[in-house]
Amino acid sequence: MSTTDGPTLIPDDASAQEIADREAKMRRRKGWFPGLSDRWNALPRQTQWLILIVVVVLAYLLPILNPPLITTEPGNNWQIALAQMSVYALVAVGLNVVVGYAGLLDLGYVAFFALGSYTAAMFTSPDSPYVHIPYLWTLPLAMAVAMFFGVVLGVPTLRLRGDYLAIVTLGFGEIVRILATIIPAMKGQVGFQNVGHPPGTDSSGQPIFLNSSGTPWYWLTLTIIIVVLLAAGNLERSRVGRAWIAIREDEDAAEIMGVPTFKYKVWAFAIGASVGGLSGALFAGQVGFVNNQKFDIATSILFVAAVVMGGTGNKVGAVLGGSLVAYIPLRFTAIAEFKYLIFGAALVIIMIFRPGGLLPARQSLLAYGRLAYNKLKGAMGDIPASGKVVLEPGKGSGNE
Amino acid sequence: MISEVIPSLLHSVPVDDTWITFDVNSFTQNFWSSTFDGLTFGAIYALVALGYTLVYGVLNLINFAHSEVFITGCYGVFFTLSALNFGPSAPRLAFWAIVGNLVLALIVAIIASALMAVIVERVAYKPLRQRKAPRLAFLITAIGVSFAIQYTIYWWRGPSPEAALTMFRPAAIFDVFGTIVDSQQVVIVIAAIILMIATDQFIRRSRTGRGIRAVAQDPDTATLMGVNKEKIIVTTFIIGGILAGAAALFYVMKIPSGVQYNGGFILGVKAFAAAVLGGIGNVRGALLGGLLIGLIGNYGQVLLGSSQWTDVVAFVVLVLVLIVRPEGVLGSSLGKSKA
Amino acid sequence: MYRKKVISAMAAAATLGMLVAGCANQTAPSGTETSGASGRINIPSISKVDVPAAAVLPAGDGKGTCPSTTTLAYAGAETGPNAQLGINIFNGIQLAINQHNAANPGCQVQFKKFDTEGDPNKATGPVTQIVSEPDIIGVVGLPFSGESKATGNIFEQKGLVHITPSATNPSLTKNGWTTFFRALGNDAVQGPAAAKFLTDKLQAKKVYLVQDDSDYGIGLGTTTSQALGSAMVGSDKVVTGQKDFSAVISKIMNAKADTVYYAGYYAEGAPFDQQLVAKGFTGSFVGPDGVKDDQFIKLAGDASSNSYFTCPCIPGELIPSFETEYKKLANAEPGTYSIEGYDAVTVLLSGIDKGKQSRADLLSWVKSYDADGLSKHYKWDSTGELATPDVYGYKVENGKIVPIGVIGK
Repeated sequence: MSTTDGPTLIPDDASAQEIADREAKMRRRKGWFPGLSDRWNALPRQTQWLILIVVVVLAYLLPILNPPLITTEPGNNWQIALAQMSVYALVAVGLNVVVGYAGLLDLGYVAFFALGSYTAAMFTSPDSPYVHIPYLWTLPLAMAVAMFFGVVLGVPTLRLRGDYLAIVTLGFGEIVRILATIIPAMKGQVGFQNVGHPPGTDSSGQPIFLNSSGTPWYWLTLTIIIVVLLAAGNLERSRVGRAWIAIREDEDAAEIMGVPTFKYKVWAFAIGASVGGLSGALFAGQVGFVNNQKFDIATSILFVAAVVMGGTGNKVGAVLGGSLVAYIPLRFTAIAEFKYLIFGAALVIIMIFRPGGLLPARQSLLAYGRLAYNKLKGAMGDIPASGKVVLEPGKGSGNE
Repeated sequence: MISEVIPSLLHSVPVDDTWITFDVNSFTQNFWSSTFDGLTFGAIYALVALGYTLVYGVLNLINFAHSEVFITGCYGVFFTLSALNFGPSAPRLAFWAIVGNLVLALIVAIIASALMAVIVERVAYKPLRQRKAPRLAFLITAIGVSFAIQYTIYWWRGPSPEAALTMFRPAAIFDVFGTIVDSQQVVIVIAAIILMIATDQFIRRSRTGRGIRAVAQDPDTATLMGVNKEKIIVTTFIIGGILAGAAALFYVMKIPSGVQYNGGFILGVKAFAAAVLGGIGNVRGALLGGLLIGLIGNYGQVLLGSSQWTDVVAFVVLVLVLIVRPEGVLGSSLGKSKA
Repeated sequence: MYRKKVISAMAAAATLGMLVAGCANQTAPSGTETSGASGRINIPSISKVDVPAAAVLPAGDGKGTCPSTTTLAYAGAETGPNAQLGINIFNGIQLAINQHNAANPGCQVQFKKFDTEGDPNKATGPVTQIVSEPDIIGVVGLPFSGESKATGNIFEQKGLVHITPSATNPSLTKNGWTTFFRALGNDAVQGPAAAKFLTDKLQAKKVYLVQDDSDYGIGLGTTTSQALGSAMVGSDKVVTGQKDFSAVISKIMNAKADTVYYAGYYAEGAPFDQQLVAKGFTGSFVGPDGVKDDQFIKLAGDASSNSYFTCPCIPGELIPSFETEYKKLANAEPGTYSIEGYDAVTVLLSGIDKGKQSRADLLSWVKSYDADGLSKHYKWDSTGELATPDVYGYKVENGKIVPIGVIGK
């Protein structure tokens, strides 16, 4: 069965029992928040929205609250740290489309991030001899440029499977970084100074968006993240999203069931790339300086780590993972010698205790899911109260 | 506004015809020296690549911590040879004394690397295997362990490279069209190839090798046929470690001041690229891929005029090869390789 | 069984190779001709290090008083690939602060370090944190040009004085920043002096210029190659972190260069020189202040004996009192820019002792500063550039870096 065909699973008593067992097992296996996502899914839509609004308001208030213990000070300014975390979170949301939804392991995602940064820098920095446009214009431009290169890279390489794709993308990431060193127009390590920022000045005449004021950048990025999350959520539940998940679970089966896999893979790549470019442009604006130092393989691998740590395929998990990957080294700047040691250990420990990531994505019905659950619930009283039908991950989609 | 912006944007696309030039003269002039140096480095890549390939073949995962297994071997070489009074200048020792010392350093490096490989397996992979974690989770623990090892070394030894260790003064052996081939290059290439052949034969002929191939092909069936899967996995890591330890000796021989906390990372990435180029999971592919990556990088460098091009050319060729041959030059996997 | 096989195979291979090596050990590689071989110019070292008689020292007169909250900060790399330079600098600073606090019981200045990893992308957070802590009235940093470019405006907004001990990109002083000061000559000073040193003192006819991809290497490479003119027979670029230089070396050998000038840092310069000599290069190797470091000798070994350095600094780190005190603190020899860090913070400390204990006061103190430090005379023009300092030459003699006198202005 391909998920594009919609649910056809009508469980009889035995299979319902099996599902309940599996559910119970899963719940036991999850250590920290038992049944959190079950309980979440069981909540009425209105309550979900209410909780979400509270969470979002809290997120907006973070730079002002500056919670003790969590804060990155005294090593690092908390507002700036938040701005950088939010950029990483956005990166993770974009990469999650590629890695999480479509299952394409992209180790060179930093290339798109770099393209976005350079687009913002080259069209706004006074160091650049080219035409200058307002900073906000560079955001869509960066998305377009990154998307273009996503397609250019994707079309020849997306026929590769699995880890061959990983190494090709990794190579692409390195090529972009080194070309930034070699091509004189991209100024290598010398870089671009005074990258533009959104307009607006405060009461004292200082621009609002400065590289030393993290809060406006954080709010801007957070808003963009929310918009992108809403878009990603809709994509996820659309035909495209279902096709991606089919490809991720079993590409051959998806192909046989009539999913034009190549087309959807290029789509995933292009959409992911454009979000990468957008976050790159935001990052360039926030730091105010762009050179070739940020865009190395290590950063690229950290992006993937963010997605996987958050929970591959879960967009909210990606936000969490992205912020965490940026946060841990920033939090421990005051004990600089140990920060990456702590970071490495944290990655290992988190993955060992939460192999599926912090918020693991689970297979569930995507389109009209709630409707289907309710129908099933109404039809059969003994379906687990979580209201969730779990398709067997990995194999199920190809067999029926 | 847009009607003005777009043409000017197009106009401002960074076109600069001076950044890429083909220096054919330099290429022909330096052809042989780049060939020999490329082969030497390629041999080292190949040894490290084998570690990636074997683990990939058996577990289907990219062991990102393998570069740290390699650098542990480098530290093994460094400490052994320092203790034996080797230093920045080539020691004035009898020939056999040098050989003896190097073999000792090799043994220490091999033990250190193999031990580290087992530790990595135990800490980063085994717990996940037991929990039946998704494949990507392994990637992240590998990165985590890699960070942890690097920064433990950093905390212990500081950020600078260790003092240079010269093992022996390379001497000219013969020349090819006026280009000298020195003893160092010969030692490294020959020893690496012997090690590769030994590994290849071991995988093909020995009982353990058969076990490795069986697990690579189908772990469940292999278990049913009486192969101890866990033992095979550990053995695979140990073999990868041994080869990385040997590579470490040659690497320090070639780059005497290359022992540094993060010294393995880039080399690891290129070795992994080499493994993929040859066909990941394929032992002979690793050898071929390693030598090719070494050669191509060096040729690109002299043809395009600067070291900056080395990696660009190597990766561009890698991408092109994979587009034409999606499973690498030799393709196939460990399990399917003929016995 | 398997391991035995490997080891015996390896031993056989090693034997084979080194047998040949042993036979040929006496004959130096021939076949590639290099000019300038034995005729290497011998420039005598200067025996006396001229310590400025009136150098301002951090201890001051011992009568300084200041509130206990007075804080100076270092911002720069503590970790990351270029951490060693940062460590050299903050150890120099720490030494000066220790000496000051020991001599001035009434003024205990606190010292805080902020890690940027030398990465412009990571520098804005720590720097914003610094300017938002009102107790911090002066900063030494940032060490690298890239991060200085990324953060100079933040210091400027908050009027916080910062002295960079090592960022040499000429454009840094052209931003109109009033809080930026540079404790050493920029690339535009050193490049021409280095070129003159190569062609006059070393009588180099064929210089091969190699630069790395850092801001520093690019800037210095450009100014040096312009000044070298026709004496330059070729140039090449290497990348930060590169370990294998064989292709560059074969180009140098084929160009029959008699001198190599390397614009970059010792981390690449040392293995480069070592591999160059191992391949039979007999000419001189010349590097700038980024290469002039004891680490260079440690990493290049014997090969370093062909090396000369240029540096826009007087050889302060060879002053015995500084060297021994530094070694006591850091358990290592003073390295590149240690003395600049020491001197820079001394400028700030002497201001604090004189009662300049607010950001504005300390800034104007530095602006009008005019005195000797251990490594040079410190007096800045309105852009924050030092009045053109002398450029000194150095060479390696018996495994030590020794000065050979002034080579240019």
